[in-house]
Amino acid sequence: MALNTEKNSYTVLFAVIMVAVVGSLLAFLASSLSGKIKENERFEKQQNILYAMGINENTQDSGVNFIPTNVVEDRFLEEVKGQYVWVNGEIEEDDQAFLIDIKKEFAALKAGDDARLPIFMGEKDGEELYVLPMYGKGLWDAIWGFMSVDKDMVVQGVYFDHKGETAGLGANIKLRFFMDDFIGESLMEGQSYSGIAVSKTNNDPLNEDKQDNEVDAIAGATITGNGVSAMIKETLKLYRPYLETIRNN
Amino acid sequence: MALLSKKDSNLILDPLADNNPITIQVLGICSALAITAELKASLVMAISVIFVMGIGNIVISLLRNVIPSKIRIIAQLIVVATLVIVVDQVLKAFAYELSKTLSVFVGLIITNCIIMGRFEAFALGNGVWRSFLDGIGNALGYGVILVIIGFFRELLGSGTLFGIPVLGDPIAKTGLYSIGYENNGFMIIPPAALIVVGIIIWVQRTRNKALIEEA
Repeated sequence: MALNTEKNSYTVLFAVIMVAVVGSLLAFLASSLSGKIKENERFEKQQNILYAMGINENTQDSGVNFIPTNVVEDRFLEEVKGQYVWVNGEIEEDDQAFLIDIKKEFAALKAGDDARLPIFMGEKDGEELYVLPMYGKGLWDAIWGFMSVDKDMVVQGVYFDHKGETAGLGANIKLRFFMDDFIGESLMEGQSYSGIAVSKTNNDPLNEDKQDNEVDAIAGATITGNGVSAMIKETLKLYRPYLETIRNN
Repeated sequence: MALLSKKDSNLILDPLADNNPITIQVLGICSALAITAELKASLVMAISVIFVMGIGNIVISLLRNVIPSKIRIIAQLIVVATLVIVVDQVLKAFAYELSKTLSVFVGLIITNCIIMGRFEAFALGNGVWRSFLDGIGNALGYGVILVIIGFFRELLGSGTLFGIPVLGDPIAKTGLYSIGYENNGFMIIPPAALIVVGIIIWVQRTRNKALIEEA
């Protein structure tokens, strides 16, 4: 069968059929997998929040080990004592707060609209723990994370993640050597909410000084590091009214 | 060994050595620079490209007589893009952790000139089995170079392999670091990949003089 593939009508027909076949294939795939993907994303958020609370399966020298996905939901419900949203200076309970899209809420808040800022409460050694979500920009794309603080604004744990930072450089913000440095650092400098700067010049690579509001930067990842500093500052700014109420209690 | 005829096995072996897509044809350099700071990322990228190129070459070869030549590039692009989306979605559903490590690289596969190059130069004119072998061969040739670059960049730049420290602890000064060795920060930035590629090309052409172009 000799097919004349040079005719315009054939070309158009081919294009239409190809698009239809490919389109329906992808649509079918997307809809049949979307439930599974959503579930993965939910577990991941729960794992991240728990990780920021210091609840994980890390051992002394291990990498980042989350609570396994098959038990994470139960563990999340057990460890997170409350999920709240901060709306217009009021605190409301919301047991789906962990699914809130931070990017949208932060954008709304900056545009002067009402926003729902999620806050998660936990407990560590009998002390209350507050977990704040964060969202910012790295070098290539979005970075985000969770940070848990006690009532004195001392960091108890962090988890950072990124969409597309450079492997081996900026992508290392989600490794333990970087994240562990934040633990014990204070977000306050006197009475001001200074946050924690990712610094290339702090002369404290072992991070022994916990009062300097600085952690050591990653070589070759300056812009991602600055993004992390800015993200922490931004979160503090947006959550400040709420954080004031914690500190004054 | 009659599994593959001599001609067929050359389809796999040539790109691994004397017709390597990166060092001889100088294709796919962009991803070779971008993602080789770590061995793991290099390896995962290599595997993904092997998958996409193997299947892609099969699909293009099957369609080679019905694709109108006027829109063949678009048709090829659609095939790559579709495969990449399928890989991405399936990984997200069944290997979520891996899909996060891969994130941007999966998208980068679409822009890999080796893939379009093989579709255009080989799969459009050859049968399914040979196209499949050609795809696998070229992807392997690409992957081997990627892994070599990743190995040296991670070892010399961070002192680790697959994220595991192999030279000691640079901060506590153990292992090699105790005698004054330092990680070379230059190796983790992209230009270092070019230097490693250059050295590979040098070694390859020293071993096989036939590869040296006439001046």
